[in-house]
Amino acid sequence: MKAVVTVFPGSNCDRDMKVALERAGCSVTMVWHKDTALPEGTDLVAVPGGFSFGDYLRCGAIAANAPILAPLRAHAERGGYVLGVCNGFQVLTEAGLLPGALLRNAGLKYICRTVGLSISTTNSVFTSAYEQDARIALPIAHHDGNYFADEATLDRLEGEGRVAMRYTDNPNGSARDIAGILSENARVLGMMPHPERAAESAHGNEDGARLFAHLTEAVLRA
Amino acid sequence: MTEPAITEDLIEAHGIKPDEYAEILNILGREPSFTELGIFSAMWNEHCSYKSSKKWLRTLPTDGPQVICGPGENAGVVDIGDGQAVVFKMESHNHPSYIEPYQGAATGVGGILRDVFTMGARPVAAMNALSFGRPDHPRTRALVHGVVEGVGGYGNAFGVPTVGGELRFHTAYDGNCLVNAFAAGLADADKIFYSAASGVGRPVVYLGAKTGRDGVGGATMASAEFDETIEEKRPTVQVGDPFTEKRLMEACLELMQTGAVISIQDMGAAGLTCSAVEMGDKGGLGVRLDLEKVPTREENMTAYEMMLSESQERMLMVLDPAKEAEAKAVFDKWDLDFAIVGETIAEDRFLIMHHGEVKADMPLTKLSGSAPEYDRPWEPTPPAEPLGDVPEIDPVDGLKALLSSVNYGARTWVYEQYDSQVMADTVATPGFGAGVIRVHGTDKMLAFTSDVTPRYVRANPVEGGKQAVAEAYRNLSAVGALPLATTDNLNFGNPEKPAIMGQFVGAIQGIGAACSALDMPIVSGNVSLYNETDGTGILPTPTIGAVGLIAADETPILGRAREGDLLLLVGETTGHLGQSALLAEVFNREDGDAPAVDLEAERRNGTFIRENRDWIAACSDLADGGLALAAFEMAHASGIGVQIDAGDTPTLFGEDQARYIIAAGFDAAEALMIAAGQAGVRLQTIGRFGGTAVQLGHSQASLGELRLAYEGALAEAFA
Repeated sequence: MKAVVTVFPGSNCDRDMKVALERAGCSVTMVWHKDTALPEGTDLVAVPGGFSFGDYLRCGAIAANAPILAPLRAHAERGGYVLGVCNGFQVLTEAGLLPGALLRNAGLKYICRTVGLSISTTNSVFTSAYEQDARIALPIAHHDGNYFADEATLDRLEGEGRVAMRYTDNPNGSARDIAGILSENARVLGMMPHPERAAESAHGNEDGARLFAHLTEAVLRA
Repeated sequence: MTEPAITEDLIEAHGIKPDEYAEILNILGREPSFTELGIFSAMWNEHCSYKSSKKWLRTLPTDGPQVICGPGENAGVVDIGDGQAVVFKMESHNHPSYIEPYQGAATGVGGILRDVFTMGARPVAAMNALSFGRPDHPRTRALVHGVVEGVGGYGNAFGVPTVGGELRFHTAYDGNCLVNAFAAGLADADKIFYSAASGVGRPVVYLGAKTGRDGVGGATMASAEFDETIEEKRPTVQVGDPFTEKRLMEACLELMQTGAVISIQDMGAAGLTCSAVEMGDKGGLGVRLDLEKVPTREENMTAYEMMLSESQERMLMVLDPAKEAEAKAVFDKWDLDFAIVGETIAEDRFLIMHHGEVKADMPLTKLSGSAPEYDRPWEPTPPAEPLGDVPEIDPVDGLKALLSSVNYGARTWVYEQYDSQVMADTVATPGFGAGVIRVHGTDKMLAFTSDVTPRYVRANPVEGGKQAVAEAYRNLSAVGALPLATTDNLNFGNPEKPAIMGQFVGAIQGIGAACSALDMPIVSGNVSLYNETDGTGILPTPTIGAVGLIAADETPILGRAREGDLLLLVGETTGHLGQSALLAEVFNREDGDAPAVDLEAERRNGTFIRENRDWIAACSDLADGGLALAAFEMAHASGIGVQIDAGDTPTLFGEDQARYIIAAGFDAAEALMIAAGQAGVRLQTIGRFGGTAVQLGHSQASLGELRLAYEGALAEAFA
């Protein structure tokens, strides 16, 4: 599978994402935010964590207007796969590729800890590795992970089975405990937890490795 | 623009003493200009010149086969095999953090990260040692929130994992908190970059953020005591921008790959002045700067302001002129300022021009090499009064008092505000012993710890100094890492007082002896003096940061105790209660002597742990709080109960040194006993793990109840 990782000047989980994807068997190319095209044959675009442009104002708001977003958007519209993790999730909501917004954590503090999650749908290449309602644990590390959308949007997301995963003990005030959501075609996933930090035995937790492994397999099969 | 006339008041306001001013007149053969006075003030203050401490710092051991570069550069460089090196340093940002906690702490982190990547190393781990006043002091709460958020705000955005540190509260820090920031980076051992300029007529290049008026006079402020005018000093604190720093790092590391960089120095304290002088002085060259070329973010900045600004995220480089275009392209890519602001010159001269006008013209070597040096009078600290009677206490009550205190409760509330896992190489997150990261792309690991027990240092500076190093040695050994080298961050009060200077001298003697005996030379460090408010000093706090290596074919000791494991105690127990945590937290007393440190025993016992790692399920060193607290922490981390046979206060809460606890299965314990016998190490079985209770002698409580108190201690006080 051909994956690309977008690199903004303040991305800091870009290498981690590359390592996790490569471990799963992907070939990975890094693309610079000023680039205006994706490499030929890109299957997956991963938007990694970090502080894309410092994020002193709304997280991801400037990145959502970077040149690389135009080909990323076209890729998504073609039905390509997109994975946004943490800051990547914030960028995808700011770019309008996913609904809602990520507000400041309810406790107003940055939180770095491993949290419990339950898988809310297996109906995507990102989550089909897990059983329905499976309990997994992944690290979070964010100041602005409090998922917000209006009630109608939340109802629609739930009704369409687009809530990918929920916190079992909500750490940040997210509406309906939402930790990750899918696009209408289930090919774009935004999630606050970091699967790339739970991707090998040295991390002491491999719950995230399954996401990458299964995603790679499923895309290759498709 | 006309500069102010030089008056006695102006000289004093620059922190320059009359004898130092006489020396300035002697050097220049004339009255200094205003800009020159500012430059002397910046270079000769305590913070930059180490004028009170140099004499003693020279006595520290700084050499060893593992040392690639010792003190004197931006950070120390230590060999970790396979052509790789770890580059690290610890530095204080105490005064700025007390004045403006968020930005003070943030720029402290920024400064130490810059020190590391200036040498060509990518930062891979950070720690923070924080000391605050008593929790109910009116300033403490805001300081704790501000400093912790500042540390996190900078490190998290920059993208370096914070893997350890310290946090203490004591009324001696009420008016003067300590923020000691540590950073370590990785580099190829043959690609280290230094600050010495070479070659005449080479371009001096300014990189990074623009220069503003922030921090003008910061280094001078950091060398003064505080009084009620502290609020007026707020404008001398700089503002941090981790996003710019992240880009500056990436750009510098990319530029270094091109071979364009001849020498490089970050702009920290005393900004452009200090970095230019350093590069010239080390390279035996002069420097000419044309200040109108300096990128500024404010209008009409004077030469004085530009030379003394401490705006963050800036670098100075001497470049290979042939690679100028290549260098500029890298900085354009990262949208950073790049400007040629001067050149190296042959003569010993620091020449500052502004719009064609000479603003300063002074012999460069006199600014650093010939800075004043003092042999301050000092009095040895008198021997501590003997310890008074210590009443027996119900051991579980004693343990509860410790683990629900802000000093010994879980640090979770703080550590969760720091990203400890970015870079995805973190093996052990903060909270239980040393932090451990993997060397990216290898099976080697590095362990990090920072330690000091200021109560010990006050009671007995020599033993207290030794103890800080010994505890660092133990923390590294307890995770199976071979201690490699040390950085010291020496925080003391006013060195002009002989008693304070005596603490400093004693601590240095102890640190030096321990670093020699334990083979962990000092490779970098920082001295912070004048930590006093209204004439009252802090506890002497020589923070020791240390780095250890776990080789590719070794396993770290990161396991947990299991049901049925035996609890073993390594080392001699005499029940030393002087200056103990129990006395301070339960009896509100700080009397008696510090525990004596037997460096030979430290080495023997640490070696025993590392050599027998395969038999050890879990290991922890014993520090303040003694056996009871360490055993509880291991039980807590393992999620099972623990039972200790002894119930007497000295055994459970004494703070004898050179000790560890081990959890091991029955057969492994047998093997350890044999190995200990052969190594001449004292090893006893003192209890066992299992169940859900913590039992000390005949007294017991449920682990669950103790955990609640432990986990909630900090949040309850500050959340």
